[in-house]
Amino acid sequence: MVGGDGAGKSTLLRALVGLVRLSAGTARRPGKRSIGYIPATAGLYVDLTVEKNLAFIGRAYGVTGAEYVTRSEGLLERIGLTQARSRLGGQLSGGMQRKLAVAMALFHDPELLVLDEPTTGVDPVSRAELWRLIARAAARDTAVVVATTYVDEANRGSTVLLMDQGRAIATGSPSDIIAAVPGAVGVVRDAVRPRGPSWRSGSSWRVWAPSDSLPEGAESVTPTFDDAVMIAALADGEKA
Amino acid sequence: MDHLAESRSATIRFGDFTAVDDVDLAVGSGEVVGLLGANGAGKTTLIRMLLGLLTPTRGTVSLFGGPPSRATRRRVGYVPQTLGLYDDLTVQENWAFTGAAFDTKEQALPESIADSGHELVGDLSLGLQRRVAFAVAFSHDPDLLILDEPTSGVGPLSRARLWEDIRASAENGTGVLVTTHNMEEAEQCDRLVFMVDGRVAAAGTLSDVIGDRQVVQVDSDDWRQAFSALDGDGFVVQVQGDCLRVPGTPGQVDELLRRHQLTGNVTAVPANLEETFFDIVTSASRQ
Repeated sequence: MVGGDGAGKSTLLRALVGLVRLSAGTARRPGKRSIGYIPATAGLYVDLTVEKNLAFIGRAYGVTGAEYVTRSEGLLERIGLTQARSRLGGQLSGGMQRKLAVAMALFHDPELLVLDEPTTGVDPVSRAELWRLIARAAARDTAVVVATTYVDEANRGSTVLLMDQGRAIATGSPSDIIAAVPGAVGVVRDAVRPRGPSWRSGSSWRVWAPSDSLPEGAESVTPTFDDAVMIAALADGEKA
Repeated sequence: MDHLAESRSATIRFGDFTAVDDVDLAVGSGEVVGLLGANGAGKTTLIRMLLGLLTPTRGTVSLFGGPPSRATRRRVGYVPQTLGLYDDLTVQENWAFTGAAFDTKEQALPESIADSGHELVGDLSLGLQRRVAFAVAFSHDPDLLILDEPTSGVGPLSRARLWEDIRASAENGTGVLVTTHNMEEAEQCDRLVFMVDGRVAAAGTLSDVIGDRQVVQVDSDDWRQAFSALDGDGFVVQVQGDCLRVPGTPGQVDELLRRHQLTGNVTAVPANLEETFFDIVTSASRQ
């Protein structure tokens, strides 16, 4: 689920997991005990140690004894926090906090994992590690819904929902969304803005011709996913 | 070329910890330079040295050809990630405050934010707050702009507009230094500098930095099984839709899949910037 601040991503996720009631329409989901959900700003207790965070979640889901030890040790190892088990949650780096939060949401092996902007502000190395955790869950048949503001992360989903001002502006696989781009896309290697809907790409411009006829001087290119996202936003007439 | 901001062999130590280690960096007129690195790599410390807020232990920094000072800092526009606006003042009041601080002539609000002049900054959407922060930073015609994650959290159209503003000022001769974790943003820069553990680990244009790095793409009927096999063997696998991307050689990956009785189409493809970043950081920390 991709969109900027205020697009409605968090509210939709909250409706999906049953934290807000829909005014119209329906949401289907597994039972509460089969959902793992992490809101954008929380997911762990900053004043508890890594170990106690896991112990809390274990008790909450009634996982005890040898089963608890196996699961918590396995998770600690997978997120690389075995050595940091006695540190307070709040003393971990942003990336480590998010990894611990994802591990906690996965503790009870949910059928549905819902993550609200798990990678915002996280550096690319920690981000790759987080996506690895997420992919592992998906590979074990957990359904995963992830909200992000980074367009390049949308490429990771098998289905993408682009949102703006509370509405879906495009949906489908990344290749479906690219294939649905109407008209032609061109590149103009010049500082002067070309005629028609256009946006910057480094020192050149990308231009979109909904009617297929590109302005003079534009070289026709195959649209990328980034182009498709821009065009969906332009077509929807997004206001700043 | 005269550099607007420059560091030469800049090094700074805090006790036993070397936060910035022998760094050469230069930002010239009209260029957009991206400064990339993991959290704690030393990006912010380097910027604070360039601004003269920290003194290097060794090496030199210069701002507009001289040592950084209050006078040269006046020629810098800075937009921190937190935007640096007063939430409880209106757009107009924020504008006037900056004007007074920089002693610029009284100017009208730019058209792009004029409609919101009487609104409190705290009541505006994040996209609009960013436009205000940019307008304020641009208002004293800075010769050098320093931007920290300039388009974090904004939608595609607002991002495009902000980059139009950045590009337009670069074309007017302003030098721009951008720090970001966002690879889309990094790809907008003319030149990139990667920092790892306080040192410059790579630098150059996007294509220089990526070089001939490749990753292996795996298209298989069942990505879950292929993922589990490769992940279990220690490969750092990234999933993109139904295909996998892994560092390594096609031969290694092919052999591993065969060992698990899995089939798939295995090809070497050019690495993207994020994969390059991961490679630079992990190979630099191994050394």
